[in-house]
Amino acid sequence: MTDKGFVVRKTFESARLFEGNPPLLPHIDIELTERCNNSCIHCYINLPENDSNAKNRELSTDQLKDILDQSAALGALSVRFSGGEPLLRKDFSEIYLHARRLGMKVKLFTNARLITDELADLFGTFRLLNKIEISVYGMHKDSYEAVTRVKGSYDEFRKGVDRLLDREIPIILKFVPLPPNRNDREEFVEWIADLPGKNKPTYMSFLMLRTRRDSEDKNKLIKRLRSSIEEQVAFFVKHKTEYCNNMPQYAEKFFYLKGSKLFKHCGAGETVTIDAYGQCQMCMLLRHPEMSFDATKNTLRDIITKVFPRLRETEAYNQNYLRRCAKCFLLGFCDQCPGYSWSEHGTLDTPVEYLCQVTHAHMRLLGLLKEGESAWEVADWKERVDNLVNQLPTA
Amino acid sequence: MENIHLETIYKISDDIVAREIEDELIIVPLVAGIGDLEDELFTLNDTGKAIWKQFDGKNSLREIVTNLSQEYAADHDEMINDVLGLVGELARRRMVIAVVDD
Repeated sequence: MTDKGFVVRKTFESARLFEGNPPLLPHIDIELTERCNNSCIHCYINLPENDSNAKNRELSTDQLKDILDQSAALGALSVRFSGGEPLLRKDFSEIYLHARRLGMKVKLFTNARLITDELADLFGTFRLLNKIEISVYGMHKDSYEAVTRVKGSYDEFRKGVDRLLDREIPIILKFVPLPPNRNDREEFVEWIADLPGKNKPTYMSFLMLRTRRDSEDKNKLIKRLRSSIEEQVAFFVKHKTEYCNNMPQYAEKFFYLKGSKLFKHCGAGETVTIDAYGQCQMCMLLRHPEMSFDATKNTLRDIITKVFPRLRETEAYNQNYLRRCAKCFLLGFCDQCPGYSWSEHGTLDTPVEYLCQVTHAHMRLLGLLKEGESAWEVADWKERVDNLVNQLPTA
Repeated sequence: MENIHLETIYKISDDIVAREIEDELIIVPLVAGIGDLEDELFTLNDTGKAIWKQFDGKNSLREIVTNLSQEYAADHDEMINDVLGLVGELARRRMVIAVVDD
């Protein structure tokens, strides 16, 4: 009994927190509802605020608390509440405090419209230990509400943000670039530069299709709203220096051949997502019915230890995927994954052309691919990556 | 700074949550003002952990010293220093509070 320095300060993100001995479940994502008080033109999940069918199917307060209890018992130190709009749940404060009293830090995704003084006070007293992430759909009433399609939503959003700022509650503001707000981006950058804290501009650049695969009409609209390949490339060019500075570490992590195993080099299943109705998924996007398990009838421990390891061995059988993605050294830079494949095609292993084209365009700019060349045909890719890294100026 | 006396009984504060995960004792702030940073938590070293487990709101620090000296066959004076040292750190951070009789 001689060692001193009894209390050691660490952070939740400290990689050495459980050196070599991580808990079974480090983090859990919980979608509290798919309903939302906005009706955003681009949203992949939202249902109307008053959708009684959805509301009736949602997990009860006790069921949510039980899932949180199980998560804490498995070692989870953090939970992310998302939606839909999670603050639509009348029991949000109760669920939030339950998570905090279990010793979990909380990440919250919200549009901020329902941040009342009472809720802001609660966050001020019982800190989340994490930043609240707020989606920004425009910097003006007309542009914002052209996205949300709800009158009065802009004023409520700004008031909600102000209530958090007044109490010095840390937030991240995420701009969602869409046609109605295309002229607002610079103003957004200026706005967050003036806010307290180290707010960096954050953008959500890729629009997903409906992950429930529930509306062809909405999917058509979302496709029309997506940035063109040219716009994606222009954005990349603007941030190329930053990208190149990080390339040495990217190169080590993200250039590889994945082969036929769909979940190799993928974090799916290392944490879990619970959807609004209690289905447990390996990741938030992966709503394929064969990949979802009822968390109200199975324990999280069983799902994590018995079901997920088996699912993570899933092989691709789509010939197009095997010919292209399985042999593509850029797959680590591409968002192609079973979740995207599911929302785009209803399968786990169909290449998503848009993602493929964007990634190829970026890599042509970096000089890793020649014009007209497909990455899966490049035999000397390791040499090209080495040459690229060696040519970069040292940061 | 609070004076720590061996006759005082301490208990774990309601302002924090203590968790044991994979042999680590982790102290998570519950209310504002415990940690200085947004993303902060605390762990205890092995000595701290052994002492922490004795905070039951019933034993005085002197009784804790006696218990641990016997359990670990440790030097009594050194144990006093350890217990006072830890409680000093914890009390300063509002992680333990003295039990006051009504």
